[in-house]
Amino acid sequence: MAKLVTLTIDGITVQVPPGTNVVDAAKKAGIDIPVFCYHPKMEPVGMCRMCLVEIGRPVVDRATGELVRADDGSVKIQFSPKLETACTTPVSEGMVVINTSQKVKDGREDILEFLLTSHPLDCPVCDKGGECPLQNLTMEFGSGQSRYIYDEKMHSAKHVPLGDLIYLDRERCIQCARCVRFQDQIVDDPVIGFYNRGRALEIVTYSEPGFDSIFSGNTTDICPVGALTTADFRFGARPWELNAAASICTQCPVGCNLTINVRREAISQGRMAIKRIMPRQNEWVNEIWICDKGRFGYHYVESEERLDQPLVRKDGKLTPVSWDEAINLVSMRFKQAGSNLLTLVSGRLSNEDLYNIRKLTDSLNGKSALYTQMGGGDVVAQVGMSTGSNLANLGKGDVILVIATDLHQEAPIWWLRVKQATERGAQLIVANARSTRLDRYAKYPIRYAYGEQNNLIAALVQLIDPQKFVDAKAIKHLSEQSIIKDTAEALKAAQNLVIFFGNEGSGVADSQVLAQTCAILLATTNHAGKPNNGLIPVWQRANDQGAWDMGWRPPTDLSTSIKEANALYIVACDPAGDDPRLSLTPDFLVVQDLYLTPTAKLADVVLPALPFTEREGSLTSGERRVQRYYPAIPGRTGALADFAIAAQIAKACGITLEERSAAKVMDAIARENADYAAISYTELANVEEQWPIIGRADLYYGGTSYENKQGLGMQLQNAVQKGEPFQISLPELVEQSGEGLLAVPITRLYDRGNTLIPSQLLRTHLVSTVMWINAKEAKQQGVEEHDVVQIECGETSALVTVELEDAVPDGVVLVPRSVGIPISEPCRVRLHITERV
Amino acid sequence: MMLDDLARGLATTLKMMFEKPVTIQYPEEKRRVRTRFKGRHHLQRYENGLEKCIGCSLCAAACPADAIFVEAAENTDEERYSPGERYARVYEINMLRCIFCGYCQDACPTEAIVLGDNYELSFTDRRQAIYTKEMLLDPVPPGGQPTPQRTPSGVYTRSVPVMKDPSD
Repeated sequence: MAKLVTLTIDGITVQVPPGTNVVDAAKKAGIDIPVFCYHPKMEPVGMCRMCLVEIGRPVVDRATGELVRADDGSVKIQFSPKLETACTTPVSEGMVVINTSQKVKDGREDILEFLLTSHPLDCPVCDKGGECPLQNLTMEFGSGQSRYIYDEKMHSAKHVPLGDLIYLDRERCIQCARCVRFQDQIVDDPVIGFYNRGRALEIVTYSEPGFDSIFSGNTTDICPVGALTTADFRFGARPWELNAAASICTQCPVGCNLTINVRREAISQGRMAIKRIMPRQNEWVNEIWICDKGRFGYHYVESEERLDQPLVRKDGKLTPVSWDEAINLVSMRFKQAGSNLLTLVSGRLSNEDLYNIRKLTDSLNGKSALYTQMGGGDVVAQVGMSTGSNLANLGKGDVILVIATDLHQEAPIWWLRVKQATERGAQLIVANARSTRLDRYAKYPIRYAYGEQNNLIAALVQLIDPQKFVDAKAIKHLSEQSIIKDTAEALKAAQNLVIFFGNEGSGVADSQVLAQTCAILLATTNHAGKPNNGLIPVWQRANDQGAWDMGWRPPTDLSTSIKEANALYIVACDPAGDDPRLSLTPDFLVVQDLYLTPTAKLADVVLPALPFTEREGSLTSGERRVQRYYPAIPGRTGALADFAIAAQIAKACGITLEERSAAKVMDAIARENADYAAISYTELANVEEQWPIIGRADLYYGGTSYENKQGLGMQLQNAVQKGEPFQISLPELVEQSGEGLLAVPITRLYDRGNTLIPSQLLRTHLVSTVMWINAKEAKQQGVEEHDVVQIECGETSALVTVELEDAVPDGVVLVPRSVGIPISEPCRVRLHITERV
Repeated sequence: MMLDDLARGLATTLKMMFEKPVTIQYPEEKRRVRTRFKGRHHLQRYENGLEKCIGCSLCAAACPADAIFVEAAENTDEERYSPGERYARVYEINMLRCIFCGYCQDACPTEAIVLGDNYELSFTDRRQAIYTKEMLLDPVPPGGQPTPQRTPSGVYTRSVPVMKDPSD
C-alpha cells in the first residue's frame, strides 16, 4: 500500500492516501467542508468555490531541501495569501488546513451571496426544500441579506420538461454541472449540457426525445438545488413529511438497494402511499445509483386493479369468496391431485415464498417447475461470485467477459459497474451476435452467429487448455480467429475473471450449456472460487437465482408438463399471457398473483398476493448476495404474502409450515440449505461503514441517496469456495444448423411486463411490438420500415411493426420479450406483410 | 372585630348591586374580541379570487400540535387555483388538535392562513372537528372569480408575491 500523507485539518491530524483531495480528507476526519459542485463519485472541477479553505504548507529550504523550522523547533508553515478550493487541492505532507477561521467564513458568505443573486428563493414550493444543500448551507454560512438589487434578479423558465421524467427550473440552477458531468463521466450518456455563458448559462438537452437516458433520475439526487426534480414526485410531499422504509429493487437481478418514501394521503383514501423511490447506498451492489426503471416503475404495487379477495369459479364466473372457503377448496383438490399436481413459479417471488411453496408441493408429491427462459442457476451455485467479491474491486489486470446479454438494457447498474471497471483498467471482452452499448468499452468485441455462444466459450477453453474439447469440429473456425486467440491470451493472464452470461440467442437448455462452458472456462483459467471472480447470470427476474437455490428447475418441456398435470398451481407468472398457444386446461387451476392476469382469468381459484412493498422477504441477486426488504406500507386488506398463502394451504393439507414471519421461514431455509446456513434476518441487517459517507446531515456532499442503516446483505459461498469438488463435465458441442430467417427474442429495459405497464410515467418509453431487422435483410425479405408484418413461428404468430436497425446481423430479426410476442426462444420464422403504410 | 368585617363585606355587596353587570347574555349578545385574538383559521384569497395558499405545507411543519394536513398538486393555466406552480389540493385542520398558537400564520410565506375572530367551535362528532379547505377558504371577493380559474399563460408564474419592500 502506498505511503500515507499526514496533514492537519482544524488541529486534527489526518492520514490519507496520496492523491486524496482536502474535502475527502476532511470528511474522513469527520470535518465537513461545504461543497456544491464537488461530488465524491466524480472528478473535482472547482466551479462553485464553496469549499474555500485556508491552506498552509511547510516551508522547505530550496538549497538543502530541509524543512525550515521556527525558533521553537516547530515547522514553519506558509499560508497562501488567498483562500484555496479544497476539492481541487490534493493533500501534501505536512499541510495545514483551516476550515473555521473568520476569513473562511467570510469567503463562504460571499460565495453564497453570488450564488443567490438570481436564485428565486421559492423554497416553499420547491420539491428540494427541506433536503436542499443550498438551503442548508445558506442557513449555516449565508448572510441573510444581499447587497444585490432585487429587481435585477434574472428570471428564467421555471417549468422546463427536460424529458418526460425530469423537470428543470432554470432559475434555481447554480451551474455546478453535477448533472452534466454525471451524464458524461459516469453513465456516458451526454444528452444534457450547458448552453450560453455567464448569467445566461442554462442546461439544455441535446437528445430527441429529451433527456434520453435510463439513469436520468440520479441527476435529481445529486442536484444541490431544486433545479432538477422528477415528474414522479412533483409536489408529492415535503421531504420532512415522508417516512422511509428500506427495500430492494425487484425489476432485475442486480438487487439495487432502495429506500421507499411513504406518506399517508387523503387522495389515497387515507391509506399510506408510496411517494417516491430513492437509492440506498450499497457500495457492493449499486453504490448510490439506481436506474429509472427501478425509480419510476414501482406504480404497479398501488394499482387499483390489484386483487384483494380470493375468487372461486362458480357457474363459470369468478366469484369472491372467503379465504377459508378458497383455501379448503384448494387444499382438497391438491390432495386429490397428489403427484399430478404441478406448481409453476417465477423468480419474482422471495426466497421465503419459493421455499414454502416448494415444501408444500413436495409434501403433496407434486412436481415443481420454474417459469424462466434461462438456465444455469445450479452452475452459478458452484462457481458464482465468491464471498468478498465486489465489482468495484476489479481494475488493472482483471478481465470481465460479457456474453449473450445486453447489460445496458437487462441490468443497467451492472452495465455501469462494468464500464467503471474498464475505466480503472480492467479488460473487457464483449461477445454477442450484435453490437451492444458495452462494445465501446470492450478491448475485445467478439461477434458470432446466434447459437454459437457455447462454441465460442468452448473455443476459448480449448485455446487455453488444448486438452479440453479436443478435435471439436464445431469450434475450429472460431479458434482460428486472431481476436479469439488474443482473447484467450488475455484470459490466461487475468488476475481476476468475472463472466456475465445471458440468454440472448439461447433457450433454457442452451443457456444451461452456456453456463457450464463458462464455468469450465473459469475453472480452466483457475479463477473459480476466488474473491472477485465468478459467474454472474443475467436473469430476467430479480430472484431467479434464489429460485434455483431453493431447488426450483425449469421443466424440459413446459407445455407437456402442463398437459400431464391434473392440478396446476401457478404463482407470480403469466404463461397464458406470454404464450396464448399454451393450453391451460387442467382439471383444476389455481393462480396466485397481484392482478387478474390472462392466466388468472382461466383459473378455478385466484388467490390475491401482496407485492414486495407490503411485506417482508429476501432476494438473492445474480451476484448471489442475499438481501432483505422491509414492509414499506401496510398490506392491503384481503391479500396475503405468498409464503403465508402456501402455509395456509399446507395447514389445510395437514402439513406445518411457517406462515407468520418471513424471518422464521428464513431460519428454516438456513437449517435445510447448506448454502444459506449462515443467513438469518439479523445477519442480513448488518451494516458497516461505507465510503463515501453519504446520506447524513451533509446532503451537499453525496446527494439525497439514503444511508444504508438496514443491511448490506450477505454474499453466499459458492461450492468451489467451500472446497467441494468441481462437478461440471464438458458438454457436447453442436454445430450451428438450420435454414431460414431466425427470430431472436431480446430483453429491453422498458418492456410490457405486468409490473411495468401500470406506471403511467414510463408509458411512452415502453417498447412496442416491433421487429428489428437490418436494411439488407429487409430488402431480401421484401419488407420496409413501418410495415406491419405477421411473424410466424411454427404454429404461432404475432403482428409486429418493422424497424430498421443496423446492429442486427444478417439472417436474423430481433423481437422484444414481454410485449406479447409469443417467441421466448430463438426460432425460425416466416414473414407475411399485412399492412404497408 | 367580626362585625366590622361583616359590615365591610355587605357594603361591597351593596355597592356592586348598583354597578353595571359584567355578564352578557351570550349567545344573544356577543363581546368583540381583542385585536390579537386567535380564533378559527381562514384561508385568504387575492382580490381576483385566486387562493393565496400555495400548498407549501410550512404551516403543517410549524404546527406544534400536528393539526394541519396539506396535500399539494400542480396548477395549470387551464385550471388555476393559486399563483405559481403549486396549490393545496387538500387542506385540513383538525380543530380538536389545534392549540391556536398562530405559528401557522407566522410560517405562511404568502399570508394565506390567518387566525380569525371566530371562537365558536363546538362539535358533536370527531369528524366535524376536521375543517376542510372549502370550510376554511374565504368567500370570493366582489369582482373576483371562484377557483379553479382559466388564466392567460405567463401571468401567474410566481408562487410567492414579489416583495414591495424587502425590509418589510
